[in-house]
Amino acid sequence: MNKRLQLRLATSKVFEYFIMLLAFLITIPLFAIIYYVLKTGLSKLSWHFITNIPKPVGEIGGGIANALAGSLLIVLVAAVIAVPIGILCGVYLSENRNSKLAYWSRLAVDVMQGTPSIVIGIVIYFWIVKPSGSFSAISGSIALAIMMLPIVIRSTEETLKLLPSSLKEAGLALGLPYHKVILRVIIPCGISGILSGVMLAVARIAGETAPLLFTAFGNPYLTTNVLKPMQSLPLLIFNYATSPYDEWHDLAWGASLILLIWVLLLNITTKLITRKWKVQF
Amino acid sequence: MDVVKKVFSYRKIRTETAFKRFLVFTAIAMMVIAIAIFLTLVIHSIPSFQSLGTRYFFGTTWDPVSNVYGALPFLLGTLITSFLALLISIPFSYAIAIYLGEYQTKGWLSELLKNIVELVAAVPSVIYGFWALVVLVPMVRSLEVKVGAAPYGVGILTASLVLAIMIIPYAASLGRELIRLVPSDLKEGAYSLGATRFEVLRHVILPQTKSGLFAGLLLSLGRALGETMAVTMVIGNTSILPDSIFSPANTMASVIANEFTEADRTLYLSALIELGLVLFIVTVVINIIGKLIIKRFSNE
Repeated sequence: MNKRLQLRLATSKVFEYFIMLLAFLITIPLFAIIYYVLKTGLSKLSWHFITNIPKPVGEIGGGIANALAGSLLIVLVAAVIAVPIGILCGVYLSENRNSKLAYWSRLAVDVMQGTPSIVIGIVIYFWIVKPSGSFSAISGSIALAIMMLPIVIRSTEETLKLLPSSLKEAGLALGLPYHKVILRVIIPCGISGILSGVMLAVARIAGETAPLLFTAFGNPYLTTNVLKPMQSLPLLIFNYATSPYDEWHDLAWGASLILLIWVLLLNITTKLITRKWKVQF
Repeated sequence: MDVVKKVFSYRKIRTETAFKRFLVFTAIAMMVIAIAIFLTLVIHSIPSFQSLGTRYFFGTTWDPVSNVYGALPFLLGTLITSFLALLISIPFSYAIAIYLGEYQTKGWLSELLKNIVELVAAVPSVIYGFWALVVLVPMVRSLEVKVGAAPYGVGILTASLVLAIMIIPYAASLGRELIRLVPSDLKEGAYSLGATRFEVLRHVILPQTKSGLFAGLLLSLGRALGETMAVTMVIGNTSILPDSIFSPANTMASVIANEFTEADRTLYLSALIELGLVLFIVTVVINIIGKLIIKRFSNE
C-alpha cells in the first residue's frame, strides 16, 4: 500500500471513531439527569408523599397529592377532548389527500404544531380564563388539548396512509356504510400507530408547564373541581424549584422523579405496543 | 316491509352523510383554531402597535414601572440563546444522524442510541430547567470565576447549554432518516471507484442530504426559540441588553412567563402579547419552511 492510500484509510477510520464518540456523548446529560433526579428524589418517595398536600414552609413533611391528582385530571380531560377530534381529523386528511380543504387543514395543523407552548397559554387565557373570570383546570386542559391535536392528527394520518386501499374497498363492497368502514375496519387496522401517537402526545403534554402558567395556574390545595385553579406536577416543580426554600426544593425533586417515571414509562410502553401490535400489509 | 327497509336505509345514509360532514368539520376546526390563535394575538397587541409602533422593536429599555417598553433586549436574548444552542448542538446531532444513518443502521448498539435520543426528547423541559439550575449553574459559575466574568451562574450560556441538549434529538432523528434515504447505488458507485467510507460520506451523502440537514436545523431552531420553562429557570430574568454570553438576560418566552400574570395595565399586557405574536410568527414561519424543504427533499 502506498502512503496516500494509508492516509485516506486512516482518515476514514479516525472519522468513524470521532463520529461514534460524539454520538454517544448525548448519553452523558441524559444519565446525569436521571441519576440526579433519582438520587435526590428517591428518598422523598413514600405513601405519605403521594397522599398528602404540601405543608407550609417550615413544617417537615407534606406531599404532592394535589399536583398528582391535578396532573392526572388535567391530562385526562385534555385527552378526552383531543383524541376523538384528532383521530377523525387524521382520518379526513388521509381519506382526502388532494383536496383543497385538506391542504389548508394540514397547513393549519403545522401552524399549531409550530406554535410555542407559551403562546397557546396566552391565547387560552383570552379565550377562556378572561371571559370566565377565573383560572381553571378546564382551561389548562383545553390548552394542552391544542398541543396534543397536531401529534394525534399527524400520527393517525401517517398510519392510515400506509393501509392498502383494498381494505376499504372490501368493506364498501360488502355494503358497509362509510362510517362503519372507517370505525370498524380502517381505524382498528391502524390502531397501533394511532395509539402510539396518542400515548406520545400524552407523554408530551404531561410535562408541559408553559401553557398551564396562565390557565390552570396552580393551587396549594387538593381540588377536583375543574372550574377552579388546579395544581399540576410541572407547575409545582417550576414554582417550588424557583423558590428559596429547601423543603420546597425537596418536594420538587420528589415530584420531578414521579413526573420523569411517568413520562419515560409512557414512552417505553408506546414502543412495546407498536412492536407487539404492528400489523404488516 | 318495504317501508321498514326504506326507513332503515335512509337512516343509514343519513348517518353516513352526518359522519362525512363531521370529518369535514374537524378539518375546518383546525383551520379555525390556527386562524383564531393568530387573530387573538393580533387583536390584543393593537394597543401596543398603536402607542409604541416600531419604537417597540428598537427600544433598549423595558421598564413597566415607568411605562417604557422596548423589546430589543428580549429579541436579542432569544436570538443569541437559540443560535448559540444550535451551534453547540450541531456537531452532536449530526454525529448521531451519521452514526445511525450510515455507520450503524442495525443492531443493539444503534437501537440503544436511538432509544436514548428519544428519551432525551421525552424529558420534560421543567426537569431540564431544575437540573440545570442545580447542576449546570454552579459549573458555569466556576467557569465564570476562571475567565474573570461576573459569577452569576445563570445567564445566556447556561440557557444555551441546556437548550442545546434539548434540541439535539430533533435534528438528529430527522438527519438519520434523510441519510438513510440516500440511494444505495450512489454509495456503491463511489465505493466501487475506490472511495473510502469517509469520502463517500463527504462527497456523496453530504451533498445529497444538504438541504434536508438544513431543514433539521430549522426545526431545531424553531423549538429553541419557543422553549420557555428551562430557559426561564436559568437565564437570570434580567431585562437589560446582554453584553456578553455570561450576562443574565431574558428571552421573549421567559419574559412572558414571568410577567404575564403581573401585567396590570393594558399597554403592559399588550406589549407582552406583541412579544408572543412575534414569537408565534417567527416559529411558525421557520417550521413551515423546514417542512417544505423536507417535503421537497423526500419527493425527489
